[in-house]
Amino acid sequence: MANPFSAEDIPVITPTFRLQWEQAQDCYVILYPEGMVKLSPSAGEIMKRCDGKTNITHMIDDLNNQFPGADLENDVYKFLEVAHENGWIRAK
Amino acid sequence: MKTAGSEQNKLPQPLWLLAELTYSCPLQCPYCSNPVEMVNVKNELSTGDWIRVMREARAMGATQLGFSGGEPLVRKDLEILIAEARQLGYYTNLITSGVGMDEKRVEAFKKAGLDHIQVSFQASSEELNNFIAGTDAFQHKLEMARSVKKHGYPMVLCFVLHRKNEDQIRDILELAINLEADYVELATTQYYGWAFHNREQLIPTRQQLEHAEKVAKEYQDKMKGKMRIFYVIPDYFEDRPKRCMDGWGKIFLTITPDGTALPCHAARQLPGLEFPNVRDRSVEWIWNDSPDFNKFRGLDWMKEPCRSCPEKEKDLGGCRCQAYMLTGDARNADPVCDKSPHHKELVELVERVGSLAGTPEFEAKPLVFRSMKNSKKIMKEKSAATV
Repeated sequence: MANPFSAEDIPVITPTFRLQWEQAQDCYVILYPEGMVKLSPSAGEIMKRCDGKTNITHMIDDLNNQFPGADLENDVYKFLEVAHENGWIRAK
Repeated sequence: MKTAGSEQNKLPQPLWLLAELTYSCPLQCPYCSNPVEMVNVKNELSTGDWIRVMREARAMGATQLGFSGGEPLVRKDLEILIAEARQLGYYTNLITSGVGMDEKRVEAFKKAGLDHIQVSFQASSEELNNFIAGTDAFQHKLEMARSVKKHGYPMVLCFVLHRKNEDQIRDILELAINLEADYVELATTQYYGWAFHNREQLIPTRQQLEHAEKVAKEYQDKMKGKMRIFYVIPDYFEDRPKRCMDGWGKIFLTITPDGTALPCHAARQLPGLEFPNVRDRSVEWIWNDSPDFNKFRGLDWMKEPCRSCPEKEKDLGGCRCQAYMLTGDARNADPVCDKSPHHKELVELVERVGSLAGTPEFEAKPLVFRSMKNSKKIMKEKSAATV
């Protein structure tokens, strides 16, 4: 897979995008000039961990702890690839 | 909740708040979407009024906030409004000509929490830009665009396209690349307000459009992942109407400088509206309960050919203002639709302009520039015509 990220990478939200919890939408959203994307619950959990401090291995451990029983590794990589393609995140 | 049940019956949220802070503007673009009657609009909202409006709309779910005008930079309290908006959790967009901005103000806005600046250009060449803007603004705009990027904002460059600048499309896109725009809006002139008044001088030819579309596509491919280019075909050239504002009272709330609340910035011209004002009413009442915001919600207001049309949920009958301007009844189908009995008039207009464009006599007719003086003049002519 041509994923732009590897386990040691630390994803961070691109400064020209904003992640925010929206009470009215009951979900995390990505905000950018004149636009908004609503995130699914799992996408929101991943995006909020793109804090510029956590590498992907830790991110996955953390998610597996919070949501035991699910093997999330593939989903995380898949979503990070999409987020990167959209310009929302980059490796620090 | 008022009506239980289906998604369609659920009241929508005003996700987009457009704050038209003032109709004052140092520019005089002849395609301005502000009403030609703007000289009659006095008594701008105070800082306190705007803060209350922003709070109320935010509580109802508004997320995107556009500071627009006229030229929003004219308002001395813009920094205060930005700071308040950001603190409320809005994504804050400043929609500006750049005139009235300097490096210091760009910095102050950043400190206040402004998220994004959209700078408009009138053309890619200094001469045409300044002619259309009615003022020598080009060099300053370049400087401000560079300053916006320098301070780390995402930048949208907006070019309004029409017959006089459409052929510059390649230079326009090169200019955008040169200025490192993140997004480019190739905004086809929409014929409302001043643009409607000047439409014969602004409507492009079909050849111009075909060329512009080709070049825009070429640059979309070339700049993929680096710069997003939005290009929309002007609807006078289409045979199905646009889904205007994504629906009446659906996501969009405009507050005009005097506090009038509108479902879109062109709606002030529609007859039969009551124009609720935020000075007298809460945003919640205006959005949920006012007759104006419910007038064209849903599909029940439609007449034929929309009422029985299988595509009615897709385009919602198009634009109410366009239907009114071109047919005299806002409940009619938008004549952009070829099912409208008025569609052929639009086709004839486009063809007539196409055949006359470039001839000295036709092009000699002067543009009426947007100014308070011209607004007054047009008002006078209108009232003389109705006496």
